[in-house]
Amino acid sequence: MDFLFIFQQAISAAIGVNAIIYALAAIGLNLHFGYTGLLNFGQAGFLAVGAYTVAVLVVSFEVSIWLAFLAGIGMSILLALILGIPTLRLRADYLAIVTIAAAEIIRQVARSVTLREYFGGSDGITGKFGADFFALNPFKAGLDTPILRFTPNDLWVVLVGWVLVALFVVLTWAIVRSPWGRVIKAIREDEDAVRSLGKSVYLYKMQSLILGGVIGSFAGFVYAISRQSVQPDNYSTALTFFAYTVLILGGAARVLGPVVGSIIFWFLLVFVEQILRQAVANDLIPDWLLNPNQVGQIRFILVGLGLMLLMIYRPQGIFGDKKELALNARA
Amino acid sequence: MHAPNTSQKDRAVLALQNVEARPGVSKPDPIIVADNVVRQFGGLTAVNVEHVEIQRGAITALIGPNGAGKTTFFNLLTGFDKPNSGNWTFNGVELAGVAPHKVARMGMVRTFQLTKALFRLSVMDNMRLGAKNQIGEGILRSLLPFFWRNQEAQITARAEELLQRFKLDAKKDDFAAALSGGQRKLLEMARALMVEPELVMLDEPMAGVNPALTQSLLEHIKDLREQGMTVLFVEHDMDMVRDISDWVIVMAEGKVVAEGPPNSVMSNPAVIDAYLGAHHDLTLEED
Ligand SMILES: Nc1ncnc2c1ncn2[C@@H]1O[C@H](COP(=O)(O)OP(=O)(O)O)[C@@H](O)[C@H]1O
Ligand SMILES: [Mg+2]
Repeated sequence: MDFLFIFQQAISAAIGVNAIIYALAAIGLNLHFGYTGLLNFGQAGFLAVGAYTVAVLVVSFEVSIWLAFLAGIGMSILLALILGIPTLRLRADYLAIVTIAAAEIIRQVARSVTLREYFGGSDGITGKFGADFFALNPFKAGLDTPILRFTPNDLWVVLVGWVLVALFVVLTWAIVRSPWGRVIKAIREDEDAVRSLGKSVYLYKMQSLILGGVIGSFAGFVYAISRQSVQPDNYSTALTFFAYTVLILGGAARVLGPVVGSIIFWFLLVFVEQILRQAVANDLIPDWLLNPNQVGQIRFILVGLGLMLLMIYRPQGIFGDKKELALNARA
Repeated sequence: MHAPNTSQKDRAVLALQNVEARPGVSKPDPIIVADNVVRQFGGLTAVNVEHVEIQRGAITALIGPNGAGKTTFFNLLTGFDKPNSGNWTFNGVELAGVAPHKVARMGMVRTFQLTKALFRLSVMDNMRLGAKNQIGEGILRSLLPFFWRNQEAQITARAEELLQRFKLDAKKDDFAAALSGGQRKLLEMARALMVEPELVMLDEPMAGVNPALTQSLLEHIKDLREQGMTVLFVEHDMDMVRDISDWVIVMAEGKVVAEGPPNSVMSNPAVIDAYLGAHHDLTLEED
């Protein structure tokens, strides 16, 4: 087995584009779920709206990419309003139902035949819509070390991506320790208590939904730019659930939870996959038990198993505080 | 604790002494006036209050057997529930249809029968949350501590004072979940005071409180009156009702069935009927 290669792949994944996308998506979810207690099951929808807005505006309408980013932020705010206005006054589960449905609607509309002209149907949109962004790339050479390999463009995306992650982590840190953060945490604990103290619960939930959604749209930007394409099926419900996995793995309501969770999640996923691939290729695992085509699925099963064990033995996640989690059980 | 200066109590007693003991009677200076407030759950009429007034500056007890509609009436008055019909005013302002947080901001703050401590917030943060008009609660200014640091310090100082008064200061950095049931009641009451209310509505403030704490809780409630607040509270323990209230309103099956000063109301046949009719095991006899 080529362990150097396995580690190289796993570490590349742990600090690569996917880890950034999921860290950003989960930072948004952390505001929603971790701090405010909002069950947003449609985070994929916010990523899709961000990614598609940029791709459509740049490819079909030749808008500057910087304006397209602004438009993407605007569209994610609009989505948050559309989702929040009818549901945030209702019980928590309504938001969950509406968001999961809305994200699916967005995906189905994007892949529809009728709107193929704009959204490219199930193939999505491919094109050089990141050109303006890559024009700023200061890296002439990529990275080629035994452990890490990146092309110049990947290096640029990864650098900007981690800077974004850092910015949103600092934003989360600053806002959750403020009186605003105190109100959203209180809403997570008991909305009626917060109302009885004169705060508009609806307003704060809406602000949280918008802020976390906008952070999700940045994950969508990174997704679109890094691949120079958007494909509807990348924004399925699975994305949302992996983002939740990342969040809970790292520890919900912890500022760094989503980041650590994403790094570990991607490291494990690729590590397990590469081990299996090599084991199959070197006949360490017989073909009748596992063939190369099955590795992609098996890795999810094994990682899922690992996560179950984690939840059993460390339910608060890597960073969480077990005492605090126990308080949930309403003493 | 304030000196046992009873000026506010004397005033309340004086103001109410000539008020007739009859359901729906007018008061000299009502802070709340409610008319024809009806709330039905399916076929059940939980609240059906024709007319009731709450005297300003007094401690009014709302009593009645379980299921009489006391909590539902609280919920209606504070905007947490919507009536089928009816209207009521607070300080002369029409309140029907006003959202609960706006009711609280107007100075009418309630606690809950089932305590609502915010478990995963510290005791101190529970308290701070109660303060009104916080600059740092705006989403943009929250990011610039420069704007709210001073106010936060003032709020914290006020919270410390209250926590001391309620003997919770030693617990201020603990999670609220770590408090005992009685301490949570105290915290909820102290937190309500952070809003600087004019009218405090307490739904069974003594329920589940350690007997060792009830006496000090009673003192706190009397203290609120001395500070000029009006108190409306629901309570089952008749000794306590007699001890601290200036006026008692009795509900049964959604209606106000009797009103009066504590001593006379307890011997009112309608009241005894209401309790016995509901097979309630409360002791009504004088001690
Ligand atoms: N949300 C509700 N749905 C249906 N019935 C309710 C609801 N809330 C209260 N009730 C009923 O209304 C009546 C009054 O209840 P409540 O106001 O809690 O009484 P109290 O506080 O005086 O004990 C009871 O019969 C109760 O079962
Ligand atoms: Mg009740």
